[in-house]
Amino acid sequence: MITIENFILITILSPLIVCVLTPFILKNTILRDCLGPIGGMISSWGAFNIISSALNNQNTTLEIVKITEGVSIGFEITPLGAIFGLVASFLWIFAAIYSVGDMRGNKEKNQTRFYSFYAMAVHAALCIAYAGDLLTLFIFYEVLTFSTYPLVAHKQNEKAQKAGRLYLSILVGSSVILLLPGIIWVWVATGSLDISPNGVLDGKIDESYAPLLLVMFVFGIGKAALIPIHTWLPAAMVAPTPVSALLHAVAVVKAGVFTMLIVLTNVFGIDFLAKTGASEWLIWLASFTLLATSIIAIYKDDIKARLAYSTISQLSYITLGGALATSMATQGAALHIITHATGKITLFFVAGALYVGSKITKISELNGYGKCDPLIFLAFFIGSLSIIGVPPMAGSWSKFFLMLGAAESGYVVIVGVFCISTMLNAFYLLEIPARAFFLKNEREVNLKIPKLILIPTLITSFITILLFFFIEPFQNLTSMMVSKI
Amino acid sequence: MIDILIKNLPIIVVLCPLMTSLLVVLIPNIFFSWILTTLSTFLTFLFSILLYQEIQIHSHISYALGKWMPPIGIEYIIDKVAIIPVIIISGISFITTIFAYKIMPEEIEKKSISKVYSLWLLAIAGLMGLVTTGDAFNLFVFLEISSLASVALVAMGAHKDKQALVAAYNYLIIGAVGATLYVIGVGLLYGITGTLNMEDLTNRISDLNNNRALIAGFGFMIIGIMVKAAVFPLHIWLPRAYAYAPSAVSVLLAATATKASLYILARILFSIFENSENLINNTLLFVILPLSLLAMFAGTIMAMYEKDIKRLLAHSSVAQIGYITLAFAIGTKASVAAGFIHMFNHAIIKGGLFIAITSIGFYIKKRVTINNLSGLGKEMPITFFCFVICSLSLAGLPLTAGFISKLYLIKASISSDDIWIAILILISSALSVVYLWKIIEVMWMRDGRKIVIKENPTIYISLIIVTFLNIYFGLDASLVVNASFEAADKLIGDLK
Repeated sequence: MITIENFILITILSPLIVCVLTPFILKNTILRDCLGPIGGMISSWGAFNIISSALNNQNTTLEIVKITEGVSIGFEITPLGAIFGLVASFLWIFAAIYSVGDMRGNKEKNQTRFYSFYAMAVHAALCIAYAGDLLTLFIFYEVLTFSTYPLVAHKQNEKAQKAGRLYLSILVGSSVILLLPGIIWVWVATGSLDISPNGVLDGKIDESYAPLLLVMFVFGIGKAALIPIHTWLPAAMVAPTPVSALLHAVAVVKAGVFTMLIVLTNVFGIDFLAKTGASEWLIWLASFTLLATSIIAIYKDDIKARLAYSTISQLSYITLGGALATSMATQGAALHIITHATGKITLFFVAGALYVGSKITKISELNGYGKCDPLIFLAFFIGSLSIIGVPPMAGSWSKFFLMLGAAESGYVVIVGVFCISTMLNAFYLLEIPARAFFLKNEREVNLKIPKLILIPTLITSFITILLFFFIEPFQNLTSMMVSKI
Repeated sequence: MIDILIKNLPIIVVLCPLMTSLLVVLIPNIFFSWILTTLSTFLTFLFSILLYQEIQIHSHISYALGKWMPPIGIEYIIDKVAIIPVIIISGISFITTIFAYKIMPEEIEKKSISKVYSLWLLAIAGLMGLVTTGDAFNLFVFLEISSLASVALVAMGAHKDKQALVAAYNYLIIGAVGATLYVIGVGLLYGITGTLNMEDLTNRISDLNNNRALIAGFGFMIIGIMVKAAVFPLHIWLPRAYAYAPSAVSVLLAATATKASLYILARILFSIFENSENLINNTLLFVILPLSLLAMFAGTIMAMYEKDIKRLLAHSSVAQIGYITLAFAIGTKASVAAGFIHMFNHAIIKGGLFIAITSIGFYIKKRVTINNLSGLGKEMPITFFCFVICSLSLAGLPLTAGFISKLYLIKASISSDDIWIAILILISSALSVVYLWKIIEVMWMRDGRKIVIKENPTIYISLIIVTFLNIYFGLDASLVVNASFEAADKLIGDLK
């Protein structure tokens, strides 16, 4: 019988082991490329066990090192963390298979470095998911930033390096200048770095300072990509597609909104936020980001750029859900982490497949490609429907809860914001399959997609449908998350 | 036998390098002079550790030189404060001595190597004396011993680059002015109190609040020491001296020399003048605090635009010294402790960075500038890896020693209600990522000329040790943190 503590270790260490082992088996490329998927399977086996223990309401904590008195690195299972951990580790399996196909298809250089840091990033994301206190969260937040830098700058050309620099300077800058002092402020105010389901700040901090502290957290968490600190995300799209897929639809940005939700629910606490109204400005900022980036997305012809802006917009759903500070909205936000991840990773997979298949990067070039490979566009269609929130796709659940939450909180305008955004989503996402299937191309079209790319894409799109029917355990977890309050 | 040894430890840690320095000069053989130097620094380090254990039992060890009882005779004092620089200096000088073996013959004429080792030990002896002595005038003597030895060491760089002579000359003149100012201050204090013993001075000063001569003396002492500690804007000797000195000397000076002076600064501020509260508070608020903030930004910005890596690191040192003096300037127990934490951590961080850059210079046989670094990350994986770790540590990224310093520094400034200071510290450390990352990016992400380099274990062993320390003290900081808090406790007492 393996204890839950050991499952935590299994889950977070298997990507680290993959990261360390990869450089040593340079010679045998087959074995090297298998490491990722195998690590992903072991890791998600652990994550499944963790989620079932979280469902049984077990409280597990694990202290790794004690740095000094009151400062330590430790892990803890929370319902939200269990969800995020499962998403990151499970989708890593497919992303790892896909990245082998992509790297080979594009004949990229420095593949070993790529796989190694890819695994490192997953490790950091999992550590964030199971972080037991604010310091651990912050540490792995930084590890995640640094481990993804070589992935973003992978192509090593001028554009990639510039993007890499922007990526680092925004993420490191915001987190070091605002997030860290925010965390230390909480430490000074409450005397510990712990987090609790009810929030820790109530009564410990002058209520008039609460909005200021929230500003520090919100703009410190650059990975959540709210306007005006979202610019790193479109720039980082110069990275190879598997990076955009896993990291910018799953690990990095989800780590950002996960941190945001932890701060809103477990540091401030929903009640404290509702009582002080500290998060009201955040509601408007998130709504603005949500609509503005949806509109920008419409005007982007580059597939990945459009998906990037769509991601920013979807991340704001989650922040908005947390900021509304009602239990329904928070549940919706938590569910959106998982539903958006599966949907968006599919979309990115397709974008990468098109590039590998016939070097397409622009939406306007897509006319008529549907008949070459209908399956890949079907996958894109399913993913889009999920993001838009049409049943029977997973995304409909989270949107449903978010809208309920908005109505419950009394901000009726926000319900309208969600509706408008849904229409915009449909408008900019469905253009892609529509062009591919219904328009004709004058030139001869051909699209050759390797199996290693096609299969993971189909699986993830299938998962978005499957999740619609099996959302119950996750919904149980999110309701546990809010019922503890 | 052991008893006698332990009783005399405070003077032995000074005498050990001092005496061997006289011996080394007689040995012309490169290898044997190096062995002797290593042995001597190792013993000094060993004795320092013994001293540390002794301090855990008796928190205050006083040693009367030549059995002349203080306050008449010269007293050596080791307490919980002094032990920190003692450990830093002896430890770092041991590590850099190991490292010097391969590097020295590369940059210095073979026949003068034993002389260099002699000066090397003399500088270490001076620094050790500086931090152990309890006598204000004796301190001046050691200040001069260490400075003159370091000046001569810097000048040795002339074999490779004549600029070293200018650097050494600058260092000599500015250093001499600093020392003179200090000794004038001591003279004034002696005039009004009639004593040179530090503890005695503390007691006698308490009766003379607002005495003009006291204030003048204090001013001279502080300015003199600030020159030596390279506090902005009195740091102008430092970048040149670090950049053109023989590489091994740069490592030694960067990691130890300013630390000793910073320790003296803390001693003067919080121990000798602890009873003149007004004077100290005004100095901290109106002199040290603004200068430290300026140093933090000026040093960092200079480093951002610097192409020569050794100078870049020297500018970054100016900024880091700014953090330490800033911690003193906030003046609470927690902040002074943070200052000591950073003093220790900065020694291992800068030591590591300088060793890494020096090793690179050793292999590429050129001055290390940004453009010469292209693609070296792949050729020298060990050195590069250590460089990255130390850089992250300097920038204060988690899991490294540098993070612990930043953590305590920021916590101290937030708990004394100076949130804006915390934000300024963080902005400056975020800026430091810019110049460090510039180096890492060039080494890693750019393809360079193909040169095959085989890294030599005698060189990278010290680098690995220092890098390991950076990670170790990032994961288990309790040793440093506790020692620093005890030191701050001793200095600040229950006053604040």
